[in-house]
Amino acid sequence: MDQISESKIIGVATRRVDGPLKVSGAAMYASDHHFPGLLFAWPVCATIAKGSISSLDTAEAEKMTGVVAVYHRTNIGPLYRVPPASGFSLILDEKRPPLEDDEIRYYGQYVAVVVANTVEQARAAAESVKVTYNREKPDADSKLRGSPLTTEKPEEKSKRGDTAAALRSAKVKVDSIYTIPAETHNPIELHASVAVYDGQKFTLYETSQAVVNHRDVLAQMLGVPPEQVQVITRFLGSGFGGKLWPWPQSALAAACARNLRRPVKLVVSRQMMFQSVGHRPAIEQRIQLAADLDGRLTAIEQEYVNHTSMLDDYDEGCGEITPFIYSTPNLLVTGGLARRNVGNPTAMRGPGAVPGLFALESAMDELAVSLKMDPVQLRLKNEPEIDESLKIPFSSRHMKECLTTGAERFGWANRTAEVGSMKRDGLTLGWGVAACAWLAARTETEASVELKQDGTARVACGTQDIGGGTYTVLAQIVSHETGIPVGKIDVVLGDSALPSGPISGGSWVTASVTPAVLEAARNAGQRLLLTAVKSENSPFKGRKPGELEFVGGMVRLKGQAQSAVPMAEVLRIAKINSVAGTGKSAGTLGAAKPEFSFHSYGAQFAEVTWQPEIARLRVNRVVTVIDAGRIMNPRPARNQIEGAVVMGIGMALFEETMYDRRSGAPVNNNLADYVMAVNADTPQIDVAFLDYPDYKLNALGVRGVGEIGLAGIAAAITSAVYHATGIRVRDLPVRIEDLLAMPRSDSAD
Amino acid sequence: MELFQLVTAQTISDAIQAQARSATAQNGADVRFIAGGTNLVDYMKLNVERPRQLVDINGLPLDKVEKTAEGGLRIGALARNADVAQDAIVKESYAVLSEALLSGASPQLRNMATTAGNLLQKTRCVYYRDTASACNKRQAGSGCSAIGGYNRMLAILGTSDHCIATNPSDQNVALTALEAVIHIEGRNGQRSVPISEFYLLPGSTPERETVLQPGDLITHITLPAPVAGAKSAYLKLRDRASYEFALASAAIVMKQDGERIRYVRVAMGGVGTRPWRAVEAEKMLLGKAATAENFRAAADAALHGARPQSQNGFKVELAKRCLTHAMRQVSQIA
Repeated sequence: MDQISESKIIGVATRRVDGPLKVSGAAMYASDHHFPGLLFAWPVCATIAKGSISSLDTAEAEKMTGVVAVYHRTNIGPLYRVPPASGFSLILDEKRPPLEDDEIRYYGQYVAVVVANTVEQARAAAESVKVTYNREKPDADSKLRGSPLTTEKPEEKSKRGDTAAALRSAKVKVDSIYTIPAETHNPIELHASVAVYDGQKFTLYETSQAVVNHRDVLAQMLGVPPEQVQVITRFLGSGFGGKLWPWPQSALAAACARNLRRPVKLVVSRQMMFQSVGHRPAIEQRIQLAADLDGRLTAIEQEYVNHTSMLDDYDEGCGEITPFIYSTPNLLVTGGLARRNVGNPTAMRGPGAVPGLFALESAMDELAVSLKMDPVQLRLKNEPEIDESLKIPFSSRHMKECLTTGAERFGWANRTAEVGSMKRDGLTLGWGVAACAWLAARTETEASVELKQDGTARVACGTQDIGGGTYTVLAQIVSHETGIPVGKIDVVLGDSALPSGPISGGSWVTASVTPAVLEAARNAGQRLLLTAVKSENSPFKGRKPGELEFVGGMVRLKGQAQSAVPMAEVLRIAKINSVAGTGKSAGTLGAAKPEFSFHSYGAQFAEVTWQPEIARLRVNRVVTVIDAGRIMNPRPARNQIEGAVVMGIGMALFEETMYDRRSGAPVNNNLADYVMAVNADTPQIDVAFLDYPDYKLNALGVRGVGEIGLAGIAAAITSAVYHATGIRVRDLPVRIEDLLAMPRSDSAD
Repeated sequence: MELFQLVTAQTISDAIQAQARSATAQNGADVRFIAGGTNLVDYMKLNVERPRQLVDINGLPLDKVEKTAEGGLRIGALARNADVAQDAIVKESYAVLSEALLSGASPQLRNMATTAGNLLQKTRCVYYRDTASACNKRQAGSGCSAIGGYNRMLAILGTSDHCIATNPSDQNVALTALEAVIHIEGRNGQRSVPISEFYLLPGSTPERETVLQPGDLITHITLPAPVAGAKSAYLKLRDRASYEFALASAAIVMKQDGERIRYVRVAMGGVGTRPWRAVEAEKMLLGKAATAENFRAAADAALHGARPQSQNGFKVELAKRCLTHAMRQVSQIA
């Protein structure tokens, strides 16, 4: 593969090109779209988690001021199921179209939808729809291991050697169970759909991390060809995975627009965000480690169970990182799913890896304590030479340097191992560390680049910017290839009508768009050279395209700067408005025989302060070192890691969706009762990137940074908590009651 | 939210007459005064509050903070939490109130929220907020979902078999320690109620939270003259560092004569069904030496009658540590 090592713009800290639009309020988010005749839809949500509808009385609602229609199972019109997914097409988590039958499978399931002239009228009428239920006892049990699974026994996910034998004969062992509660995505932008139907075509303004998939899914559900559906997400108020796949409100809005032939807006409420648009499932994991007395791992066994809904088999995949992160001859990862009456789980930032590493890295810390060994040294000692699960080399792995660089930046050498032994200003300090990793990949991508007579360029790709800086990344790539400054490049994203681009998931957008956009820019440049040699009055007329080059925004004879003519001038002479090129690149995911193990790596160090006299624990500072290839744009990349660290503090210390076991309702369904980290909880955050280009992934050597920053933080914090307090919290979040060594109790017992 | 009528009160008497048409001044009132609206409007959106009429009292001349002839302080019902917190006299002589206010909510909310509105702040019990759940406070006789449910945040003192909801306010804890008096104007004229008598225990009627009757308008509160030489402090413990209700909080006013404690008031938040005055702790401390042992013994006494629920047993110990630490801060013993 080509290697592009020199660049004036790749790797250079660059301001977000969409920043001014966002801070001035000009950026149009899904629910900002408004059209003449727009109506508002408000769903009616089930107030039971299991059972069926026995009656649904809409008479009062229909008579209310401003109400245009009330839809339910018998009058919503056709909404079809979607064929099984393949690749990144036709994916959705909740397979059942809304209102399909009268059975209730989770609290908050939509049972009807009201359409009215104003959102207040729609909401008031929705609250006046009278629903009676045949109520059954829901299963919202938070205990997972030991309860019936969807499969006869846990499925084997990765295996080598004989862990049972190694565990039997081990000199040192860890055997612990770790749990993570259901966590709800709470981006500030609520899920929203604005559906416009002209009798032929649906234009859907959505909160989507994957507009092309969203189009394909909605076309299937509505029973129309994909050409008759266009999905637009120009800006996203973040998604964290919760907006990857379509949720029922999207089909409801589209069906209402179809039935009424008027634009319909449906914005999910914060309460509904806890019910019907996904969450990270509750997970229980047992980790067993075996090691020699010198700290060398002889076995890793991981068994996880996550809850899933009655409607889908969502597998969190907690063994994602385990098979390759450490060297061990014996390894076994198994996973199982337990059904509950909850809304459908879905991917949340770093699915699988984040909860999996919380458990594995906590166990590694426990092992270090058992061995009386420094936890950084323990990890260094178990660094593998190759990916031992696939028996292939790593494309580019610098885990050891992440650990050693992080230790240096953090001041780890000053750590004393004894619990509670470190003090500062009357506070007890706890220091913890965790390693982390996340996959690196490319997925199939198409892009187009247009070079224009006004001196600007336009680059288009059917991917989205979910806040991570994708607009700016595409501008940088085109700028690198053409020499046109970033400020003169118009980036067009978030539209399913554009060349098909990657989903904004997996931290792979930057890696995926790189080859396709480079190729498109190169092809546009070739077309420009062709134009230069063909057009009348061109100074290059009669030359061969191969004699010319397109450098720094200028066409010139190869190596001859004095011959340069600006791109705009070449096009003006030719009386051509623009020349375009397309690019297309294949994916690396799912390759039958991968040559390299592609991943990013990191190490995270946390300092907590502990005041036992008032049971106050705070995270004081976090150091993160990331090996994610070359960093395309250090500014938003740093944002990603910083944001993930703050999110990780929430995961470690605060976040938990509380399902009332009696009703199945997520009862802390608002931003006051679902506790996340706020500014006052934000510690000093130090971020360092190692910046080793991974040219085996793409010519720029870039991977991605969207998720890895969350992957080690919870374990680093709980290890620091142990170091400060002597209390090992294996059930997230760490609660004050844990630190007071008081028992917890589940809800509604 | 249901349709409602908004009227503006031009005079105190207008306001009283308008609210007097409501059958109750408690949960389920038909007519509500609205000032900052930071609490009421939320509950209207959730259909927990369904007033037919809102009486906007923001135009009434009740927003002053001024010294009383007796050397105390008069705080108008409409004085905003932010203004009271930053008032020079409050900061100087009633620091516990300033600290309590600043520990609550966010700057935006404090800019809107009023003194009387905060006095009447509703519980954060999740079942009170959810009209699909049973809640005796919201709907008398429907049951209490919090008992045996999600009750980690809820009360351990003053509870009944009908309600365990916490009074969530920080301000009211400080006002309890400061022995504030609440001044009310109603159909039958003016009256004054000490804060210790203003809130009702839930008992079998948790829907009734205060002594307010239809037509009653809180016009102001008064604080007695500051106790010369006393120090005060507010300590709030919670999961995150800001913008969250207390798991336990303590308001302490204490005066020492050398080692001896000559005056002490102790109040707790986050643990009681009303702002909780710990008279037992005060009795135990009065005349004693300000020592860590005595503080802990007083804290034990304060929590003596605690009745924890399935999830909040830790609050007993947490509240004790909170009290002990706050007392140590005020007395400045190591």
